[in-house]
Amino acid sequence: MYVIVAGCGRVGSSVARQLAAEGHDVAVIDEDAQAFGLLGDDFPGQYVVGAAIDWDVLREAGIEGADAFAAATDGDNTNIVCALIAAREFEVSCAIARVYDPLRARLFEEKAGIRTVCPTLEAQTMMVDAVRTCPAAGKGG
Amino acid sequence: MFVVIVGAGKVGLNVTRSLTRLGHEAIVIEQRRSRYDLLLPELGERMLFGDGTEIWVLEKAGIGRADLVVAVTGDDEDNVVISQVARLQYNVPKVVARVNNPRNQATFDLLGVDATVCAATMLMSMIQHELPVHQFVPLLSLRRENVELVEIAVTDETPAAHTAVRDIRLPAGVLVAAILRGGTALLAHGDEVLLPGDQVLCLLEPGKEKALIRSFLPSRKPEDVQAGTSADPGDR
Repeated sequence: MYVIVAGCGRVGSSVARQLAAEGHDVAVIDEDAQAFGLLGDDFPGQYVVGAAIDWDVLREAGIEGADAFAAATDGDNTNIVCALIAAREFEVSCAIARVYDPLRARLFEEKAGIRTVCPTLEAQTMMVDAVRTCPAAGKGG
Repeated sequence: MFVVIVGAGKVGLNVTRSLTRLGHEAIVIEQRRSRYDLLLPELGERMLFGDGTEIWVLEKAGIGRADLVVAVTGDDEDNVVISQVARLQYNVPKVVARVNNPRNQATFDLLGVDATVCAATMLMSMIQHELPVHQFVPLLSLRRENVELVEIAVTDETPAAHTAVRDIRLPAGVLVAAILRGGTALLAHGDEVLLPGDQVLCLLEPGKEKALIRSFLPSRKPEDVQAGTSADPGDR
């Protein structure tokens, strides 16, 4: 599979490394060339410096032949917009955006045809589960 | 009319003031605390503090009953998202958005934000209009209405030169609206005659630019004449 990851922060770089380790072809986009340091020296994929909402930058990363696009920059709106561009203009069948805000995550998943990952909801579920499994949880109100 | 404006920068503030003066109900959302504090004495309840890309903030502003949403923040991603939320979630009848970087115009078009304003592109059009070297200048584009206003030069090689407007053979989808001569505009009545050195204002359907250029400037390549006239790639 050919995958483009936008945003090379903690999440983006880990996703890129893991997918590359699984044998996928990966290209990573970030505005800051220094961010690619997180990928390590042995990263086999491609780097592109630029804004992920810029169509020319997306083309340079090979979006015209991409199977999947994962947006994990630090901005919810940037992730939504570049995933929309990937899906609508470049017809990437699987365009995913990380969106911290649960309301926007649901809206764009339900009505705009992209997939969203909401870390806030994941954290909320895990937190509640963790509290429920505390030793004192059986005590009730 | 009830209008929700996002972004109380120079543009948003003046839109809010003008709409209020015209008797409309307007509320502007601003997320920078210092800007909010500065404008609060003037705007009072017509301003709301918060991130206007957050759905709960938009709801607090009353987006559900808005007749128009104006997205004029300094961030194109935010303006796209505001436009999309207004349309997808609240079926707001009209959305106007500001394009900060002309490179992003295509994204607004792609996502169906049909009323966009790009200061950089408009400024470039006005500069080209003032500079004699440009023989073709796109002046205004009304996307939703499917009509454009452009300016084109009449030269010695223009077949329509020395011809009255009513006798000019124009490509389909093109209409001559006015003739600019000696610093003034003449409405293009049928008996006005085009002269070399004139600039002609034409109304046309989108996509007719090349046909127009070929009919006025037959020896020039349309691509060369148009070069640098559309939303020009700015800095990344």
